[in-house]
Amino acid sequence: MNLATADNQAGTRRAPFAAGTQTPVLKVENLEVTYYTDLGRAKALDDVSFDLHAGQKLGMVGESGSGKSTLALAMMRMIKQPGRIEGGTVTIDGTELMGLKDEDMRKARLSKIAYIPQGAMNSLNPVTRIGEQMVDAVKSHLNGQSRAAIHERCIHALKSVDLDPAVFRMYAHELSGGMKQRVCIAIGILLEPKVIICDEPTSALDVVTQRQVMETIDRVQKQINAAVILIGHDMGLMAQFVDKVAVMYAGRLVEISTVREMFTEPKHPYAQALISSLPNLDNKGVFQGIPGLAPSLLRLPSGCAFHPRCPYASDRSRSEKPKLKALPGGRMVACHLYDQDALNV
Amino acid sequence: MNFKLIAKRLSFLVLVIWAASTIVFFVPRLSPRNAIRERFAELSRSGGFSSGDIEKLIASMNQQFGLDKPLLEQYWNYLGNVVRLDFGYSLNRYPATVADIIAQALPWTFGLLMVTTILSFVIGNLLGAISAWPKAPQWLRSIATPFVLLTGVPPVIMGVLLLFFIGFRLKLLPLGGAYSIGVVPTWSWDFAFDLLLHQLLPGLALILGSVGGWVLSMRGMGVTIQGEDYVNFAEHKGLTGGRIFRDYYLRNTLLPQVTGLALALGTVVTSAIIVEGIFGLPGLGTVLNNAIRSNDFPTIYGIVLFITIAIAVLMAVLEFVYPLLDPRVRNQ
Repeated sequence: MNLATADNQAGTRRAPFAAGTQTPVLKVENLEVTYYTDLGRAKALDDVSFDLHAGQKLGMVGESGSGKSTLALAMMRMIKQPGRIEGGTVTIDGTELMGLKDEDMRKARLSKIAYIPQGAMNSLNPVTRIGEQMVDAVKSHLNGQSRAAIHERCIHALKSVDLDPAVFRMYAHELSGGMKQRVCIAIGILLEPKVIICDEPTSALDVVTQRQVMETIDRVQKQINAAVILIGHDMGLMAQFVDKVAVMYAGRLVEISTVREMFTEPKHPYAQALISSLPNLDNKGVFQGIPGLAPSLLRLPSGCAFHPRCPYASDRSRSEKPKLKALPGGRMVACHLYDQDALNV
Repeated sequence: MNFKLIAKRLSFLVLVIWAASTIVFFVPRLSPRNAIRERFAELSRSGGFSSGDIEKLIASMNQQFGLDKPLLEQYWNYLGNVVRLDFGYSLNRYPATVADIIAQALPWTFGLLMVTTILSFVIGNLLGAISAWPKAPQWLRSIATPFVLLTGVPPVIMGVLLLFFIGFRLKLLPLGGAYSIGVVPTWSWDFAFDLLLHQLLPGLALILGSVGGWVLSMRGMGVTIQGEDYVNFAEHKGLTGGRIFRDYYLRNTLLPQVTGLALALGTVVTSAIIVEGIFGLPGLGTVLNNAIRSNDFPTIYGIVLFITIAIAVLMAVLEFVYPLLDPRVRNQ
């Protein structure tokens, strides 16, 4: 679509998006998800589009309920009732996932797009060995591989996340939290997927283990040159590990920028408020919160969903939903303030 | 599983059996009734005995059954007999021993109980698991519902209803007995078929009454497990639905059900006793029933004790099986 082309054009012009010269490995366009609850329809994802290139890391931030995890599940086509994917496409390396048959989608999971779960503490089957769970994953995708080859692949994956091959014979309850998270990462890279989604991979871990796990993700990503989407609230962790940051608000992407741009000069008023609310070594004193509360997805404000909390809100913000548009330099912002700067497509 | 655990469990089993046999020994002796005296009193009513002769007979009987010895010595002898599974002679069917009587009746009860317990465990848990599995088709998920409704019907009523409608009205199946009257038990297909026909109604009564319980507890567990992270992650891994159902969902859901099976064994025996009575099967239930009516104390003790031992042993076996199913309890 035109948004994507805009990004490509921008990318060719500017260094941080140098990878833009190639076709993106992941292309999400106009993805929409609605939950049909008893209280009404909740639009959890509204017209979400972005691209990602091989080797790139995108941080996805936003408050709880802003649609980060829903986006991850929608890309895996694992939205459960009463949710429904209402439209849009997800293309990985030329394969469009939303149009696939269920069986083909099953095969695409893990082999094209892997998901490393939130809460790895409980993500391993307690009654079977780690090895069995890894072999299961390989077998359900690669038919007719020899036992030795499958075993070899699993051991290789364990080694590349810094785990002892003996873990293969162990049970989940015999591992520490960090080890369990590593096992999940090892499972995620078993089939060398093009895209890896890490859903708050470190939220249950202490800071030292967090760093180790993030470094592991970093390393294996480079090994297999995958595109990584890192979901989380931890801005500090994001700043250290990702290339680009995407900010979500009420089911919409409001800004996508490089890490440096996002932390030094955020464009969208919500992103600005988010960054200025972060504690800072130079700037001691009272933290600045964002006034107001996140809106309920059941009753979204008209126009821009952020307008009731926005200091720059105009009449146009109240009536017209801003589209995510590319600015010169390749950043994307969904705000009427920047309409005159936006590249015409 | 280590040696220490096995030793611990086995010594506990011995303790349970000892406690049960002690209760079985002392409780009936608290009763003022005297089985031998009552029996001879009954005989004397039909005439022909002088009271002096009766006292002599009672004394000789007491001696024969060891009842003239001090209580503690009786108890000691009795424990020795229990170890040898020697429950003495039946008063009613003397000179048959209680062990012989149990051995004759056991295959009937054991066959019926084993088959119905396993069938209802398998059917109930499978239906329960399916009914809580969101991906199963709706018609398959709703099969469980009628079984849940039937749990409320006690086996006595279920047995009578089945007898009346299927046996008496529709004449589809025989009304009772272990096999057709006049047939001599032989090792032939005809006899086996006849046997099976006679077991269908009692079996059905037992299964219909117990499947619902398994469905309910399994469904409750299944609803929890299907939302577990590891089931979701299995789907993220791109596993086929069947494999997720079997290895990630069913295996975990079944764990508490195995404990439930051990607990259910006790109640299964009681309902079998009732059902055997209704259908006139020559199993332990019927024998126990007759023994109670005729004050055949050794037989009552023998059967009660035997059932206690059998259940205790089965529970111990299940406890040894459990660590094989759940690695988390292996090292405890």
